[in-house]
Amino acid sequence: MILGKISEILEAAVVTNPGNLDKDIKWAFSTDLLSNVLFYFIPDSLLLTGLIHPQVVRAAEVANIDGIVFVQGKKPEAETIALANEKKITLLVTPFCMYTASGKLYQAGLEGFPEL
Amino acid sequence: MSARSNVPIEGSFQLIGGKFDKAGEASTSLKKKLTEMGLNVEIVRRASIATFEAEINVIIYAAAGWLRYYITDDTLRIVIEDMGPGIENIELAMQEGYSTAPEWARAMGWGAGMGLPNMKKNSDKFKIDSVVGEGTTVEMIINL
Ligand SMILES: Nc1ncnc2c1ncn2[C@@H]1O[C@H](COP(=O)(O)OP(=O)(O)O)[C@@H](O)[C@H]1O
Ligand SMILES: [Mg+2]
Repeated sequence: MILGKISEILEAAVVTNPGNLDKDIKWAFSTDLLSNVLFYFIPDSLLLTGLIHPQVVRAAEVANIDGIVFVQGKKPEAETIALANEKKITLLVTPFCMYTASGKLYQAGLEGFPEL
Repeated sequence: MSARSNVPIEGSFQLIGGKFDKAGEASTSLKKKLTEMGLNVEIVRRASIATFEAEINVIIYAAAGWLRYYITDDTLRIVIEDMGPGIENIELAMQEGYSTAPEWARAMGWGAGMGLPNMKKNSDKFKIDSVVGEGTTVEMIINL
């Protein structure tokens, strides 16, 4: 599912890298624990989280994550946005909570990370 | 010796405890460097994930530390040494889910207790030495 479609389903605002909206995403993962992002690394993936500080982008960079969705309308910090621009990671902000946002994407056919 | 280099490549980054605005910078700089050197993506991924967790531990638990890396033709060796409280029970600290992370670190999304296990998982050789009241040294070797 391309990032553009994801942003549509989540009624999301695109905060950075709108040029990347045709990037195909194969898996998604929801967590507020950064070590989980690093532990369950999968390429072509999307992270849904409530964390908005710059380390989320650094963790995503290290784990090769292509897009981050901030849930519950949380706006990323200015430094988070600057870093994401530099690292070419797409940031989205959805009004939905983590449960609803994850459910909407799953229902639309975007799978969670496979069992490892 | 391969075409990569005739001289071992090495470098270091200083880490400062509590300094979260720079957290992850050393690991991502190392990732960039390894990528530019043309190392295989899987190696770069393992090295940068392991280094990231080690860097975060220094920032959360210690006063200060160093991250050093040494690259030869067949290995990448990463050493993270800190001046900090040390680890009393290493076996316990190595268990998945064990964490003494303070509340402020948890609020930032750390403290899953997966850092040390993930460093071990991503290295071919993993060694941790710690002296309570002095500090901790983690050494990771990844075969190239
Ligand atoms: N550099 C360090 N100095 C002191 N204690 C440490 C250090 N690294 C790890 N620890 C101890 O080991 C525990 C487990 O570490 P880790 O697996 O990285 O999980 P987490 O950082 O999420 O707690 C920590 O909670 C802490 O008690
Ligand atoms: Mg840790």
